[in-house]
Amino acid sequence: MNIEVIVPLVVFLLFTFAIGIWSARKRTGAASFLHDYYLGSRELGGLVLAMTMVATYGSASSFVGGPGIAYDRGLGWVLLSMAQVVTGYFTLMILGKRFAVMARRYRAVTLVDFLRSRYNNGLVVILGAFSIVIFLFSAMAAQWVGGARLIESVTGMSYQASLFLFAAAVLFYVIIGGFRAVVVTDAVQGIIMVVGTLIIFTATLIAGGGMNNIMTSLYQENPNLVTPFGADGDLTALYVSSFWILVGVGVVGLPQVAVRAMSYKSSAAMHRALLIGTAVVAFMMFGMHMAGVMGRVVVPGIEVADTVMPELTMTVLPGWLAGIVLAAPMAAIMSTVDSLLLMISSSVVKDVYINYIKPDASENRIRLLSLIVTAAVGIIVVAISWSPPEFLIWLNLFAFGGLEAAFIWPIVLGLYWKKANGWGALAAMVTGIASYMIISIWLPGWLGMHEVAMPVLFSLAAFVLVSLLTNRQQNEWAPLENN
Amino acid sequence: MSLEEKEKKLQQLTAKEALLGVAIAVGHFIWWFGFAYGLGGRDPQDYQYILGMPDWLFYSCVLGPVLLLVTLWFVVKFVLRDIPLDQEED
Repeated sequence: MNIEVIVPLVVFLLFTFAIGIWSARKRTGAASFLHDYYLGSRELGGLVLAMTMVATYGSASSFVGGPGIAYDRGLGWVLLSMAQVVTGYFTLMILGKRFAVMARRYRAVTLVDFLRSRYNNGLVVILGAFSIVIFLFSAMAAQWVGGARLIESVTGMSYQASLFLFAAAVLFYVIIGGFRAVVVTDAVQGIIMVVGTLIIFTATLIAGGGMNNIMTSLYQENPNLVTPFGADGDLTALYVSSFWILVGVGVVGLPQVAVRAMSYKSSAAMHRALLIGTAVVAFMMFGMHMAGVMGRVVVPGIEVADTVMPELTMTVLPGWLAGIVLAAPMAAIMSTVDSLLLMISSSVVKDVYINYIKPDASENRIRLLSLIVTAAVGIIVVAISWSPPEFLIWLNLFAFGGLEAAFIWPIVLGLYWKKANGWGALAAMVTGIASYMIISIWLPGWLGMHEVAMPVLFSLAAFVLVSLLTNRQQNEWAPLENN
Repeated sequence: MSLEEKEKKLQQLTAKEALLGVAIAVGHFIWWFGFAYGLGGRDPQDYQYILGMPDWLFYSCVLGPVLLLVTLWFVVKFVLRDIPLDQEED
């Protein structure tokens, strides 16, 4: 592997180190360690908010997996990927200012804090914290494996050495820098992702001899490639549309995304973010997935979907540009794992330790513990990724769907429905997770939709029914005492 | 204005803005779906090509997001309100 590809990656890693140090220094003036370390003292501006939401959500699959499938199945997968554009504005508009105001009023640091003050129900808190830790841990482990494999393929180092390098880079800035380092690196990573998309899209378009030529070649190879129905004609309208839940509106329920909606500085920042975020998601998804489809004409005959983008990049770009483009999936993976790592740490420290074990912990103790927990979670996940157990990889497949099915209604109805109560929220979480696991394992593709679609409806039904049945249980907002 | 009225106004404003988000998403979905399967459902040899892309893809996935952004810009500029987020309850 040549040096030109490695240089941009190294520059990028050094840059993230600098951001970690800067963030830790900036914290010295902050009023509350907890609010600063886990929420950046709620001072996100529009651009950083938009970029951190897009980058946290957009992971390896947006840059490697997704375009690889698009290569295989044609324009139908581009259409499917565009279901994600709604996330750019929907999460911010739905949670909206009410979420931001309530989170401030009750000094909520985590999503579980919000659920705790809204429902005042211990079981909701425990189940919430538990699902976050389990699901996000497995999601994070899978991303670490992806990051290490990517470095391995680009640099030619061993898997273990790649994992070590990747881990050292991410752990350093997350542990010392906290949320501020995470979102600022996310913003830089988001910009790298946009630039990478622009370069690979343009280069592939040129290499393929222009859009007309590419579409003609695809049509001649298999007319289905230019239809919305996929190369084998098996992508039904219902199936593709059901992704609007998994990767579209359901994203409201992802804790790592929702927590960002309580961390912005002002309503003006939120307004700007929903414009920027929508533009960036639309551009990135269309550009990367189209590049995947067009790549079929440029580099035909690739068998393994995950190797499509690396091979295409090396074919159509000179070495130094390829380095920048390959930094994009790297950035996407880093910007996802850093957020998940901090999210798990906040759940352990705030939702479990401060809530249940030591409510009167001193500021210094919380400071030390937060750093230790973040480091410990990071080290454990690296140790597991060293040779990832099957179970973890399997669990990861359910992580995002499971979290969406669990949290979407407790968050949304908790905000907008007065009669929502703790038992309803609990029923929704249990029903959502259980029915999602059952359908995924025993009834894949049930009713021709993605497995998360029906559980979201079941969860809603359970929430409404149980809330109405137990409506004598008064659920007033309870302020959090120990922040 | 009393605190209670102020709180009520906040509730109404935020609920309205959230509903607007739902309405935009519904419109967005209909546009995306309508052009993709309305035009894309024809025999591929009847497709027209715009900027080199099949017409369904252009309308659904290129023009759609552009119009969406214009809509969002109008909404941000003329509908959404700037409110202080640090509102004390009492």
